[in-house]
Amino acid sequence: MLQLDDVHAYYGKSHVLHGVNMRVRPGEIVSLLGRNGVGRSTTVKAIMGLVAMKGSVLFKGEELAGLESHKIARRGLGYVPEDRSVFPTLTVRQNLVLGMKSRRQKGRWNIDDMFTLFPSLRERADTAAGVLSGGEQQMLTLCRTLMGDPDLIMIDEPTEGLAPKIVAQVGELLEEIKNRGVSILLVEQKLTIALAISQRLYVMGHGQIVFEGTPEDLRSNSTVRKEWLEV
Amino acid sequence: MEFFLTSLLNGLSYGLLLFMLSSGLTLIFSMMGVLNFAHASFYMLGAYFAYQISSAIGFWPALVIAPLVLGLAGALLERYGLRTVHKSGHVAELLFTVGVALLVEEIVPLIWGRMAVKYAIPRELDFTLFSLFSTSFPAYRGFMLLVSVGMMVLLYVVLTRSRIGLIIQAALTHPEMVGALGHNVPRVFMLVFGVGTALAGLAGVIGGNAFVTEPSMAAAVGSIVFVIAVVGGLGSLEGAFIASLVLGIIQTFSVALDYSLSDLFAGSEVALLHDEALRSLFSIRISQMAPMIPYLVMVLMLIFRPQGLMGKRE
Repeated sequence: MLQLDDVHAYYGKSHVLHGVNMRVRPGEIVSLLGRNGVGRSTTVKAIMGLVAMKGSVLFKGEELAGLESHKIARRGLGYVPEDRSVFPTLTVRQNLVLGMKSRRQKGRWNIDDMFTLFPSLRERADTAAGVLSGGEQQMLTLCRTLMGDPDLIMIDEPTEGLAPKIVAQVGELLEEIKNRGVSILLVEQKLTIALAISQRLYVMGHGQIVFEGTPEDLRSNSTVRKEWLEV
Repeated sequence: MEFFLTSLLNGLSYGLLLFMLSSGLTLIFSMMGVLNFAHASFYMLGAYFAYQISSAIGFWPALVIAPLVLGLAGALLERYGLRTVHKSGHVAELLFTVGVALLVEEIVPLIWGRMAVKYAIPRELDFTLFSLFSTSFPAYRGFMLLVSVGMMVLLYVVLTRSRIGLIIQAALTHPEMVGALGHNVPRVFMLVFGVGTALAGLAGVIGGNAFVTEPSMAAAVGSIVFVIAVVGGLGSLEGAFIASLVLGIIQTFSVALDYSLSDLFAGSEVALLHDEALRSLFSIRISQMAPMIPYLVMVLMLIFRPQGLMGKRE
């Protein structure tokens, strides 16, 4: 479904990704792991057309490299950034409505689904998103992207800084997303979540993929864990 | 009392006209981070286009056609000029808009001459709306008030109630995220730029005949509009609204007030007034100081509240 071949990315003159190759198949949950600063978020941004890049990004057989981000989103790719960028002056409901690509869009999800999954969002539907708690903002960003009905959603550190109870809710939502036939590319630092829900994992180091395998492969490979993951 | 009421109404109509100009400038600045120095040029072009169109087919078609033409021109300027220059950074964008402003300032006298043109108030609106004691309030001032308030209400409804308004509001703070959700942000920018220049054009259409349509009108009003943007807080529409009204009213009152400091001390024996230099300073009338009051307000605002009335940026 998603195939990256020899992807390089740049922030100004600094060369950040050095030839990333990876795949996500239909209906799969794939995790992209690694320490801070190794290029995980940049990889997702490169796919989404948000940083200068070279190489090939094929999605459903179509080349995405060089397209503007709104065109990439309209081809069915969803992106949830790490920084919880809710639109602070808009209400929760307005944020969700803007997730839809058009007023008449019909897809796998509607606002009621989101409110059922996260009742606290229903209670605060008419509250400005900027005053929500960190956890609620994280939920809202995720739900907002789902409202666009992506076929593949890329989520950058969804559980970062969240309370354990909310982390469990995020885990349930990821399962629900998968059950509705959406593929997931999860950028994570926490090994436990990634090992529990992923079919396959990639580990990054110095702007390249240094390991690819199943959760079992990673569990049994202590060298990769020690060298590239454990702090 | 009659002086107060008529000055207030005149101030309101001038302030709302200023808001029509500053709202476009503020929206463009909020979204793109560009201070569009050519904004007042569109105000001037609005007045000249309206003069040209109204002398051929009348004022009412000009009221619609001139802003539409300028909105389209603004959108094209953004699409084929500013968007290309954008890649070279904000300084290049700023210089580009200054260049456009200078270009318009040179082209206008080439076409219409250096003298003011006879862009007159339409005959249908050239009467006294009401009289307060001995002061009359012209119908055209009332019309200006009506158009400005109508535009403001429309802008508010579009920005807060419509889907495109929500996209604009979201793109003010998170343009990258709005794009990643599948909305065409460059097209929204072009639209906002076009609407901003159309509003400036509309202000020119209704302001050009109330005041004077001449080649220096862009420079005169342009500096006031920048003062409003700074005093209101760069990027804040609410701030621009308050600053437009306050400055519009202050300027109207100060032009009409014929007092000086020496009037204040008249009758009392103040030793300082024997000094020749101080005496001439004290005898400056408020109406003489009117043109510099907006700049004085801006300087004070920059000293005591650099982010402006409602701005968030330092």
